[in-house]
Amino acid sequence: MAPTQILAMIRKDLQVHYSDRRAVIMSFVAPIAIASFLGAITGGRGTPSEPAKIPVAMVDQDGSAVTKAILSAVQDDKSLQVTVPTADEARDSVKRGDVAVAVIIPAGFGEASGLAFFGGGDKPDISILYDPSHRAEMGLVRGLMTQHVMEAVSREMFGGASGRQIAEQTIRNLDKSGMPDAQRALLRNLLMSVQKFYAEAPDANGSTDRRGGITLPYAVKEEAVTGRDNVPYNGYAHSFAGMGIQFLLFAMIDMGVGILLERQRGLWKRLRSAPISRASLLLGKALSSSIIALIILVAAFMFAGIVFGVRIQGSVPGFLAVCISSSLMAAAFGLLVASIGQTPGGSRGVASLAVLLMVMLGGAWMPTFIFPAWLQRLTVVMPTRWAVDGLDAMTWRGLNGSAAVLPTIMLIGFALIFGTLALMRFRWEEA
Amino acid sequence: MLEIRNLRKTFGQLVAVDDVSFTVGRGELVGLLGPNGAGKTTTVSMITGLVLPDRGDILIHGAPLGGDTDPKKRQIGLVPQDLALYDELSAYANLRFFGSLYNLTGKALDEAIRSSLQLVGLADRERDAVRTFSGGMKRRLKLAAGLLHNPDILLLDEPTVGVDPQSRNAIFDNLEELKSRGKALLYTTHYMEEAERLADRIIVIDHGRVVANDTLSGMQRLVPAGVAGERVSLEAVFLSLTGRSLRD
Repeated sequence: MAPTQILAMIRKDLQVHYSDRRAVIMSFVAPIAIASFLGAITGGRGTPSEPAKIPVAMVDQDGSAVTKAILSAVQDDKSLQVTVPTADEARDSVKRGDVAVAVIIPAGFGEASGLAFFGGGDKPDISILYDPSHRAEMGLVRGLMTQHVMEAVSREMFGGASGRQIAEQTIRNLDKSGMPDAQRALLRNLLMSVQKFYAEAPDANGSTDRRGGITLPYAVKEEAVTGRDNVPYNGYAHSFAGMGIQFLLFAMIDMGVGILLERQRGLWKRLRSAPISRASLLLGKALSSSIIALIILVAAFMFAGIVFGVRIQGSVPGFLAVCISSSLMAAAFGLLVASIGQTPGGSRGVASLAVLLMVMLGGAWMPTFIFPAWLQRLTVVMPTRWAVDGLDAMTWRGLNGSAAVLPTIMLIGFALIFGTLALMRFRWEEA
Repeated sequence: MLEIRNLRKTFGQLVAVDDVSFTVGRGELVGLLGPNGAGKTTTVSMITGLVLPDRGDILIHGAPLGGDTDPKKRQIGLVPQDLALYDELSAYANLRFFGSLYNLTGKALDEAIRSSLQLVGLADRERDAVRTFSGGMKRRLKLAAGLLHNPDILLLDEPTVGVDPQSRNAIFDNLEELKSRGKALLYTTHYMEEAERLADRIIVIDHGRVVANDTLSGMQRLVPAGVAGERVSLEAVFLSLTGRSLRD
């Protein structure tokens, strides 16, 4: 292999690539713009910000103390954005997609829920209307409703006027219930204790407020676990990893298509007529493509570092190893495009589809944990998955260099597979 | 300088080149003529190593041409039918790249670029991007790229297609100059008047076989003279040898 020839090919490919304004914009500006947008909507720099609220329509057809308390609690919930329309308006809002969920509390709910609370009556229904495209929000609202209804009903039963009446009514009706004697005695004792609780004198401050009821028996302490203590998660780190990998693959499609164009323009004939080995030709192409890919990735992360504070919280050598192996993988992919492609236009279309599938399944757009389990297992065959995971590990996760070893080995393995396939399929003869 | 012996190449069932032999000597321009699909380009491709022959030999200065990296390939310059230039780069950057493929570096490369550009009359446009060149200028630059490494043998595959008369004339002058410098030129073309004007010897190839190999006057003797005894044109000889059926 002649270094002069290989260096000449690298220099020429870099000159050609950077003389194409569209290619430069695609390789630098596009990933930075899209990664900035994705980073901003997926956590940004870790600064606490107001989370998106779920729009919910609440319909109170009862108007009792219990349902007013439920409505008040739901309106105070920071996860929900509550409107109070009529039942028909609520259904219409769900149908139009204006709200994700509508909750209809029927007339008589307050009394019926109290009776059901003490086991003496049938459970009343709460209707939840939901937009089928927002099933996840429906699940969240149902959970929150459980909490607020239990708190409101229990508070009323243990401290409100209607609760006192229901307790008295339940004691009176106990003998008529079909409950076993032992259970009836236990419930009677419970209700008598409740009545005694109501009859207690005001406390030292003169207060007779009986607020309380059943509440969640725990408080949640949230902690985002990142590379180091006191280092908040930076959403830009993941988005720049994903978009960097996506656009360096796009750039390599351009390189592969460039080889096909060189064939069309007769340039490949001129290259092949020179005293240069096939290995040198392919090595020159692979190296120039790898350098372009590496520049794209490093430039994207430099921008992310300067503008969005993305830092390599893990190992710098590990980060470089993942970047270099990702670039080699992408360059080999470009050669594969050149070797199996027939026409520049057709090859670009098919290769773009392949890249989009790879980056989507590799977790570059959205985290892989939202995929079904079988799909999560399947994505390990995607080189993009290893590239994004490796970059995540070295940036915001802050893992040490050993976490970069497996992604690096896998990416080099993919580069060898792509490169071998390209070599096998490459058309050397130019009739 | 260039000797072709019994070359044969098939693509599946198609025999593209069948037992082709000829020579091109020092200071000689040989015209290679033939209808479409006759085997001209395949022959040139085998000489430059783009296609491997099934059989036969290609001798450069009497020694057989080897594989991709055979140093004897340095003795061959190719001027392909396509433009084969990087439009995005300047004339200088194009020539620097093509020269580097022949391991030319430093002052030797700069000198080769300068003299090639001077020969084709583009010395004052070396820094301009090729995309700003006219069709004729691009073809002259293409010729310069083939000459850069000072080869003894130059293969020209229809170098004047789509060129205006002025540029064509300039290319002809360049070829005459190269002949006078002792280069061996193999020139494929469809233009009979070009072969008549330039070629010392003409080879007509059809269905992969050489059907005639002679000087222009020798060729003209192959066909009976006209009623008034005047010499027939090369085109008449060509049609007589290859027939009038269409070759699409």
